[in-house]
Amino acid sequence: MATKPALAPSTDAAISRRGFFMKLGIVFNALAASVVAVPIVGFLFSSITRGRANGYLSWVLLGKVSEFPEGETRLATFRNPYVMPTDGKTADTACWVRRVEGEQFQVFAVNCAHLGCPVRWFPQSGLFMCPCHGGAYYRDGSRASGPPERGLFEYPYKVQNGVIAIQAGELPTPGSATALLTGTTPCAAHEQFVSIQGAEASLENRG
Amino acid sequence: MGMIAKVGDWFDRRLQLAAPVRAMAEHPVPRNTASWWYVFGSAALTVFILQIVTGILLALVYVPSGAEAWSSLQALNHNVTLGWFIRGMHGWGSNFMVAIVLIHMVQVFLFGAHKFPRELTWIIGVLLLLMTLGMAFSGQVLRFDQDAYWGLGIGASIASRVPILGPAIVKLMLGGPIIAGATLSRFFALHVFVIPGLLIGFVCLHVLMVLKLGINEWPMPGRIVRRATYEAEYHALTNKDGAPFVPYAVWKDMFFAAFIILAVAACALYFGPFGPTGMPDPTIIQTVPKPDYFFLWLYALLSLLPPSLETPVLLIGPVLAIAGLLLLPFLSGEGEKSWKRRPIAVLTVSLIAITLGTFTHLAGFTPWSPHMNAWSSDPVPARLIEGSSALERQGALVFQVKQCRNCHSLGESGGQRGPALDSVAVRLTQDQLIRQVIQGGGNMPAYGKNLSPAETTALVAFLGSLHPKGQAPARDASRDVTLTNANQPFTKP
Repeated sequence: MATKPALAPSTDAAISRRGFFMKLGIVFNALAASVVAVPIVGFLFSSITRGRANGYLSWVLLGKVSEFPEGETRLATFRNPYVMPTDGKTADTACWVRRVEGEQFQVFAVNCAHLGCPVRWFPQSGLFMCPCHGGAYYRDGSRASGPPERGLFEYPYKVQNGVIAIQAGELPTPGSATALLTGTTPCAAHEQFVSIQGAEASLENRG
Repeated sequence: MGMIAKVGDWFDRRLQLAAPVRAMAEHPVPRNTASWWYVFGSAALTVFILQIVTGILLALVYVPSGAEAWSSLQALNHNVTLGWFIRGMHGWGSNFMVAIVLIHMVQVFLFGAHKFPRELTWIIGVLLLLMTLGMAFSGQVLRFDQDAYWGLGIGASIASRVPILGPAIVKLMLGGPIIAGATLSRFFALHVFVIPGLLIGFVCLHVLMVLKLGINEWPMPGRIVRRATYEAEYHALTNKDGAPFVPYAVWKDMFFAAFIILAVAACALYFGPFGPTGMPDPTIIQTVPKPDYFFLWLYALLSLLPPSLETPVLLIGPVLAIAGLLLLPFLSGEGEKSWKRRPIAVLTVSLIAITLGTFTHLAGFTPWSPHMNAWSSDPVPARLIEGSSALERQGALVFQVKQCRNCHSLGESGGQRGPALDSVAVRLTQDQLIRQVIQGGGNMPAYGKNLSPAETTALVAFLGSLHPKGQAPARDASRDVTLTNANQPFTKP
């Protein structure tokens, strides 16, 4: 017979038809992958911003001003404002509180400005010394010697109703938000300051 | 046909693995590669498998939670039968693995095995080294103690120095704003899923390529690698002078593998597990964090680099080092293989080994760190205050109380940050001592604000008495003249 069987498809057409479906399959999978990628990437990078304008920083109470004698530097601890259920003790943080006089304070991070090891205060020689790489700082936090390129990190602080609070919540590293703020000047984040009315009562409850 | 053979035949009909496995085992290797120098690759694989086994065993008990990890390690050490031994095996296995991978790399480099056509085998080997170091660091984090906590802080401080992206990288690395539960969880995921998964995949590729391309022949001085002819020469060599890998060469690998397993077990048995040290409580600041053995050189480097060089070296150094390793087979893909004709290769390896070795040695006693307790624990040697005046003894007290001892040693005890002061009076005159104490300088803090004039006088009197018997203290020749003249009434000549 001269005519082809009606049901026999042309070979070329069959390949392009299968090829078309395979390409469609690739496109379909790429689409599915990009749809799923959005939440995956969002989840993966969620720790960077936390979706808040001021990130992780909050005002936390350190204690009554009277707990810090004038002219002395004392270790204070606070619970990090952002806590996960599995944090345990790691969410407890220490800081060095220097009461210069009256309501004038300096609150230093314990983390050395070099690589973050905990500095210790030596009141006799008026120095903070770092056990790791040998950084040393004067009582006002300025660099005395060793590898640090700058002074100790200072938390912004606020004294209200006889209670001192600091703005904290991030590990102080040379690039962190905490490192960019200085403690002695009224900070830009002033409007974020949470009222600490009745703070004394809450401190007593805590104790 | 015996029962076992029948069962084996049943499986192989379906799996069809016997023939390729036999071909792999019996592939011919050059006779002189059946050498003790060629056992480190298989030893690294052996330790890796051992690490997987002991790692899974530890995961049966370990809890990757910031609140509970430390106590679960304590339970492994003290409550779980032989938990201490499995921890010891895993910890020592880690040290052995890093060491063997490094030795393997040096051997491969000195034998010219990175040259054509094994460039990709080398590149994957470099990735395997980086993953091994990643496993060592993340494993140190899982041993969630004070060293792990502050080690993470150091890692975060380094990462934060990356321009612009630094803070974001830190939060991505820590899983939040601080080192806490989320940090441990993500290092657990890295240590247990991500890096081992990659390692298994790349190890398979690495071994597959050794099989496909053949083991590197023993390098002969004068036998030059040329892209055009190498493969034909290698096949001629294996055909002419080859022997089946099993059993001709494999027995040395097997002996060494068994020896390494026993050595890891012996270390675990004799030295026990590593830590954990103190609880990861950031409010306990009386701690002297130290990295694990294979990162000690970095600890030393971070202490000794000039501050201005530190950030560039930290950020650019690793990029250059890794790029150099990856590009090596393209820069020297042909030519001599033998170390006897490659003096620069030998010198490079020696220089790197000596540098890393020296830094590691220095990090063992950290001369750059103040000894935090020296001022209250190391007494002033009695011989230094024998027969001294009341003022000098008062000065010795000032010396201790003001923590000078934390950085300066007397009688070989005390810090080594600053120079030893046993004979300081020979080097510095009284005026120079006063100036140094008050103004500091040369990496010493200024003590002017922390010493009263009386304390300074006493301290300088004590320091001025520190000179060997029979050796006069340094003195400014013009001082006496100046003082004498000051007391004389001015007279015209």
